Amino acid sequence: MMAILQIIFFIVSAPLLSGLITKIKNNLRMRKGQSVFQPYYNLAKLFSKDEVIPEAASWIFRVTPFVVLSSTLAAAMLIPVFIFAAAGCHIGDFLALVFIFALGRFFLALSALDTASSFGGMGASREMFISSLVEPALCMVIFAVSLQFGSTDISAFSGRHAITISSVVAALALFLVTIAETSRIPVDNQETHLELTMVHEAMVLEYSGRPLALIEMASYIKQMIFFFLIAQIIFPIGLPAVNITQILPWVLWYLARLGVIAVIVALVEVTVAKMRLFRVADFLGFAFVLGVIASVCAILGV
Amino acid sequence: MLNLQPKHLFLLDPLSLFFLVVIFIVSLPSLIYSFSYLKGEYSAAKIMLAQVLLLAFVLSMALVVSVSNCLVFIIFWEIMSLVSYFLVVFDTKHAKSIQAGLVYIVMTHIGTAFIIAAFMILRNYAHSFDFFTIKNACQVLPLQTKNIVFLLFLIGFGTKAGIVPLHIWLPYAHPQAPSHISSIMSGVMIKTAIYGIIRFVMFILGVNSSWWGVLVLILAVISCLVGVIYALMEHDIKRLLAYHSVENIGIILLGVGLAMFFTSLNLPYLAVFSLIAGLYHLINHAIFKGLLFLCAGSVYKATGTRDIEKLGGLIKKMPQTAVYFLLGAMAISALPPLNGFVSEWLTLQAFFLGAFNLIGGSRLFLGICAAMLALTSGLAAACFVKAFGVTFLAQARSHYAQNAKEAALSMRIGMLILAVLIVIFGLAAGLIIKLLAKVSGSALGIDISRMSFSLNNFTLTPQIAKNIYLSTPSLALWLILFGIAGFAIYRIFGRGKSVIYKTWDCGYYRLDSRNEYTATAFSKPFRIAFSFFLMPYRKTQKIRESFYHVKSFTYETHTTKVFKKYIYDPALAIVFKAAKSMRRIQPGSIHLYLGYIFITLLLLIIFMGQF
Repeated sequence: MMAILQIIFFIVSAPLLSGLITKIKNNLRMRKGQSVFQPYYNLAKLFSKDEVIPEAASWIFRVTPFVVLSSTLAAAMLIPVFIFAAAGCHIGDFLALVFIFALGRFFLALSALDTASSFGGMGASREMFISSLVEPALCMVIFAVSLQFGSTDISAFSGRHAITISSVVAALALFLVTIAETSRIPVDNQETHLELTMVHEAMVLEYSGRPLALIEMASYIKQMIFFFLIAQIIFPIGLPAVNITQILPWVLWYLARLGVIAVIVALVEVTVAKMRLFRVADFLGFAFVLGVIASVCAILGV
Repeated sequence: MLNLQPKHLFLLDPLSLFFLVVIFIVSLPSLIYSFSYLKGEYSAAKIMLAQVLLLAFVLSMALVVSVSNCLVFIIFWEIMSLVSYFLVVFDTKHAKSIQAGLVYIVMTHIGTAFIIAAFMILRNYAHSFDFFTIKNACQVLPLQTKNIVFLLFLIGFGTKAGIVPLHIWLPYAHPQAPSHISSIMSGVMIKTAIYGIIRFVMFILGVNSSWWGVLVLILAVISCLVGVIYALMEHDIKRLLAYHSVENIGIILLGVGLAMFFTSLNLPYLAVFSLIAGLYHLINHAIFKGLLFLCAGSVYKATGTRDIEKLGGLIKKMPQTAVYFLLGAMAISALPPLNGFVSEWLTLQAFFLGAFNLIGGSRLFLGICAAMLALTSGLAAACFVKAFGVTFLAQARSHYAQNAKEAALSMRIGMLILAVLIVIFGLAAGLIIKLLAKVSGSALGIDISRMSFSLNNFTLTPQIAKNIYLSTPSLALWLILFGIAGFAIYRIFGRGKSVIYKTWDCGYYRLDSRNEYTATAFSKPFRIAFSFFLMPYRKTQKIRESFYHVKSFTYETHTTKVFKKYIYDPALAIVFKAAKSMRRIQPGSIHLYLGYIFITLLLLIIFMGQF
C-alpha cells in the first residue's frame, strides 16, 4: 500500500521538479518561459507518437527503456518518503542505491551502442567516463555521511537535527555529483542536441515515442532522488510515525526543500558555462576531495 | 620425518572444502564445454592429450588445496604449474604461445622459489613440514622472522595470483591457452594462490602486525585500478578478461587484507565478515570469469578472431552466447541483483563497518580504499559496456563477424550452467553468507557460534552496525514488477505505431559499420584521463606519391606498458648481461672444464674439513 503510494508520488511529482527548474532558468534569463507543467505535456505528447526503431538494433534496444525505468523505480523504493525501513521494506541501503542506478545506466549505454550510430557510441563512452569518475566521489560522500550516523541506511540519516560542518561539505560534494548524474550544466546540457556537447541526449538520440517517454520519466525520478538525498543530508529532519495524517505535512515540507535545491540548480545552470569533457575529471576530482574533507570533518566530530 | 599416511596428508577443513567447491564448480562446465570446443580445432590425438592434461590440471589443483603437508603441497603446486604451462603452449603453431608459455613458466617459478624459501624458514623452526606442527611452532616465532616469512609468501603467492606488479604473465598466458583452459586458469588456478595466502599467512602464521593488512590493502587497491585501466585499453577480448582477473584478484584481496587488518586489531567479528566478503567475491569471480572466458571462446571459434574491433552484431548471429556474455558482464560490473553486486557490496560494507568501529585516522584510509573500489567498479562497468557493445551489438564490422554461427550444444550447456549459477549466487546470498561464515570462522580460528550473519539485518552480538540491509530477492522482485508495470503502461496507453527504420545519419548517405563507434574511440576519454599512467603515443606513417599527394596514411595509437618498460625489461637486460659475462668461463675447452671439476672438488674438501 505504502509502496504503491510512494511510487505514485514519485511518478506524479518528479516531472514538476524539472518543469520548475526550467521555469526558473527562463525567468532568470528574462524570458517568460514555458509552463511548469510542460514536462507532463511532453510526456503525454510522446505517448501518442509513433516510435522508430533503428534497423541495426537488437532486443537490447527494446528492453532498455523498461530496465531503466524499473531500476529507477526500484531505487525510489529505497528513499524514505512513505516507506520506512521500520515498516519492513528491506531492500537495500545507500550503497545499494549506487549500484541500482548503475544497472539502468549500463543498459542505456548498451542501447546507445546498439543503434550503430556514432552519436550513440560517443554518448555511451562519455556517460560511462563521467559515471565512473562520479563513483568514488559518491562513495566518499556516503562514507562521510554514514560515519556521522553509524549506518549506511538512508532512513538513519534522518535521526539527527543539528547541522554539522561535515554534512554541509558532504552535501556540497553530493550537489556536484548530482549535477553530473542528472546531466546538467556544467557537465552536460539537457537543452542542446549538438554533438560536441551532448552526453545523455546523445545516448537516447534514437529513442522516440513511448520508450523515450519512459526514459525521460526515469531521468526525472532519478533527479528527484538525488535532490532528496541532498535535502536529507543538509537539512536532516526526523521521520514521522507511520501514519498518513502525520506523513502528509512532512511530505509537503520535503517538497519545499526540493524546491530550494531546484532554485540553486537553476542558478548554477544559468551562471556557469559548460565545461570541456576533460575538465569534468577535475570537477569530479574536486567533488571527491570535498568528500574526503567531509570524512575528515566527520572523523574529527565537527 | 615425512609421514605419508593419508590421515596425516589430507586436510579437509571448511576452507579446503570451499576451494574444492570453487574448483569443481568451474571445471565441470568447462569440461562439458571442451567437448565441442576442441572438436574441429585439433586432431583426435591432440584432443585426447588436451583432456588428459585438463584432468591432471584439475586434479593437481584439488590436491593443492587439500593436502596438509608443505612438501606435498609444493609438489602438487609444481605439477599444477607445469601442467598449466603445457596447456598454455597447447597451440604450438602460434609463436605467441611459446613466448607466453616462457613468460608464464619463468614468473611462476620465481613465485615458487619464494614459497619454498618461506617453507624452509618455517621448517627450521618447526622441524616438520606438517601444517599443524608448523602452526604450533609459529606461535613462538620471532616477529622479525614472521615478517620475512609473510613477505616471502606474499611475493610467492602474489606472483601466481597476479598482484600488480607481478601480474605481467597473466595477459600473456591466459589468452593463449584454449578458452576452456583460460576459464579454469583465470577462474580457479589464480585462486589457489589466494588459498595459499589464507592458509599459510592467516591460518598457519597468524596475523599480529597491522601493517600486513595495510600492505595487502594497498597492493590490492593498486591491482584493482591497474587491472581495470589496462583492461579498458585492450581490444583482444581474452586479454581484456585476463586484465580483469588482475582487477578482481585485487577486490578479493581487499576482503582478505581487511580480514588481516581486523585480526591484528583484535576485531574478530569484522575479520570474519571481511573474509566472508573476500571469499564470496572469490567464488563469484570464478563463476562469472569462467563464463566470460567460455563466451569469448565461443566468439573466437565462431569468428576466428579475438580482436573486438573486427566483431559486432553477434547478438543476432549468436543469441544465446550473447545472453550468457551479457549476464557475465553484468555480474562482473556489480549490477544488481547478480552475484558480483552482492560481493562488492559486502566488501564496501566491510570497509564501512570497519570505519564505524575504529577510532582515529585509519578510518579515512578505509574510506579512501572503499572509494577506490567504487572507482574500480565504475571503470569495470565502462569496460564491459565496451566489451559487450562492440562485440555483440550494432552491425558486423568485418566478414569474420558476418559469417558467425551459434556455438555448439555442449558449449552452450557449459555456459548455461555457469550463467544459472550467477543468478543463484546473486539471489541466494543470504544462505551463502551463512555457509561462508563457517569457512571464514574456521580459517581465522574464530568461534562464530555467537555471531549472526544475515543479509537482511546485520545484528551482530556486540552491535557493530545499525539497520544495514540488502535483500537481493526482493530487489529482483521489484525490478521485475516495475519492468512489467512499465511494459503494461507502454502497451495500454500507447497509440503510436512502431516502425523499423534506418538509424539517423544526419541526412547524408546510408550508414554502414564504418560509422560505428570503435572500442578505441570508446576508451579514448579514459586514455586521456589516465594518460599520466598509460603514456599513450602515436605512430603515423604517410606514404606519398609526391609532396602534395599522400597515397596512404597509417595511424596507430599505443599505450606504454609501464611495468614492462621500467621493471621487467631492465631486469631482463641485466639477466642477459650477466649471462653473457658468465659465458667467458665456458670457452668449450674440455681441459678447462676438468680443471673446474678438480678445483670444485678441492674446495669442497676444504669446506668439509672446515666445518
